[in-house]
Amino acid sequence: MKLSLPVKLLGAAALVALLACVPMVADSYRLSLAISLLNYTVLATAWALFSGPTRYVSLATVAFFGIGAYTVAVLGEVLAWPLVLLIALGIGTVVALIVGLATLRLSGVYFVIFTFGLAELVRQLVTWFEVNITRTLGRYVFLDITTDQIYWQLLGLTVLVFVAGILIRRSRLGLALRVIGDDEMVARHIGINTTAAKVALFVLSASFMTVCGAIMAPRWTYIDPAIAFNPVTSFQVLIMALLGGVHRLYGPLLGVVPLTLLFEFLLANFPNHFSILIGIAFMLIVYAIPNGVAGLAEKLLKRQKKESAP
Amino acid sequence: MFLEPLLTGITLGGMYALVAMGLTLQYGVARIMNLSYGEILVAAAFGVFWLFTAAGLNPLLGLAVVVPAALVISWLIYRILLLPLVRRAKTRDALEVDSILATFGLLFVVQGVMLVIFGGAYYSYSFLAIPVNVFGVTIAANRLLALAFAAVIGLGLYLGLTRTRAGTALRAVAVDPVSAQLVAIDVRSAAAIAFALGGGLVASGGVLVSMFLTFNANIGVVFTMKALIVVIMGGVGNMLGALVAGLILGLTETFVATWIDPGLTLAATYTIFLIILLVRPQGLFGRSGR
Repeated sequence: MKLSLPVKLLGAAALVALLACVPMVADSYRLSLAISLLNYTVLATAWALFSGPTRYVSLATVAFFGIGAYTVAVLGEVLAWPLVLLIALGIGTVVALIVGLATLRLSGVYFVIFTFGLAELVRQLVTWFEVNITRTLGRYVFLDITTDQIYWQLLGLTVLVFVAGILIRRSRLGLALRVIGDDEMVARHIGINTTAAKVALFVLSASFMTVCGAIMAPRWTYIDPAIAFNPVTSFQVLIMALLGGVHRLYGPLLGVVPLTLLFEFLLANFPNHFSILIGIAFMLIVYAIPNGVAGLAEKLLKRQKKESAP
Repeated sequence: MFLEPLLTGITLGGMYALVAMGLTLQYGVARIMNLSYGEILVAAAFGVFWLFTAAGLNPLLGLAVVVPAALVISWLIYRILLLPLVRRAKTRDALEVDSILATFGLLFVVQGVMLVIFGGAYYSYSFLAIPVNVFGVTIAANRLLALAFAAVIGLGLYLGLTRTRAGTALRAVAVDPVSAQLVAIDVRSAAAIAFALGGGLVASGGVLVSMFLTFNANIGVVFTMKALIVVIMGGVGNMLGALVAGLILGLTETFVATWIDPGLTLAATYTIFLIILLVRPQGLFGRSGR
């Protein structure tokens, strides 16, 4: 069944309008759950935007998320909100550009190792700066932003991530990235500037994560480097995207919904064994569903089609 | 203010080198990028801590208990958990990504178990904390002892790998697994042995480190990161490279901590790591064409 473009657009607009009504009907618990879902949707989709086509596994999600959150903690009370978001975006972009230029020329494994420690590195630098220069460790975030507004901002960001994903897929950049993911050597031989393509997408993906962190910051009243740069976030995002499947734009969403609910449940009921359970969940996903739910569903659909064909 | 950080730096660097040698075996020979590596180190530290405080066993004797246990456990991890991934992987890159993801999960499980048993608090025990005078600098005896043991273990490993038939086979697999198969080397069992040896080495590192450093259940990731950095800096699969890179890292950290600021050691580590990668992507002693 192929839908025409206007129908698709109309459907998407209706869905977004429907989602925008959530704060009016949901109680505070459901709203905070919805915010979690949107938060991880943005992060996992942005992660897959870069890691899906290039197959570079990035473990730096929380580095950018934390940069966004910390920018709000420092500047939130001094400047107007849109300006704070812009500054966070700027810082995240610059950091991503530096990291991308320095590491994306290297082979994939080195990139994993570097991003593995990046959040730790940024956390140490922020801590050092706060202790030595501003002499405060930990900040209070008192902003005039309601939970409803956070939800709407995240919804807007989610729409932007998906629009960006669709546009990239249809552009030359998207094609170039798929060639890189298949075989980087071939990509270079047919004249694709592989470094530029990878850096561009890495920066785009990181800027979404940064803004997401900035929007989420008012959810905490107190913030310190250990909270903002909590490495578990990077891992959770990675698992969600992998479970869902990274080769389709909607793929990560299929992982975000069940896992957000699962983590919520585990954290509420087994706080002491959370680490063990999240590890087991991770291994099960890697062993059982290597291509994610989206890949699995497509395989099943194909098989069904084959069987129904005469 | 030079001799003291120099001695401390050499001790720390020796530990890093020892720990990185194990990782370079696991990654170079078995092709497993093991992100749960540091967790084995911490588990060994807790093991010897428990033996020392509960059973009164000397940590050096604890070495004889913990290291064989780690060898067996690592071998089992490879055979049970990782072999399915090796079988499934179509290319080396696919195995690398899969092993990263699987050991990532393992990291959380091991860390979680330790958190449940020991909590998040820091642990240490006092063993041979006697000041000793070396070249006019005072240093704790346990540090010197740890360094001596690291040197003996490292040297033993080096001789085993270069002077014995089995060691040569392991090195052959590290250089070229396909050709190694052609000369009748069982690559899979060699990989399992290398993975087990790596586990034993990191456990010995954990025992030695626990004699003079405080540790907690969350600290494993830091050791994994440093071991990875040392392995890549030195050139994957290269023992001498691991030794030199380990010493460079240990000395840098100690000098940055004493002369500049203890809060900037990681930044210094990363700067050196990046510079070496950008100048020599194959590592200090690595062959090009990787």
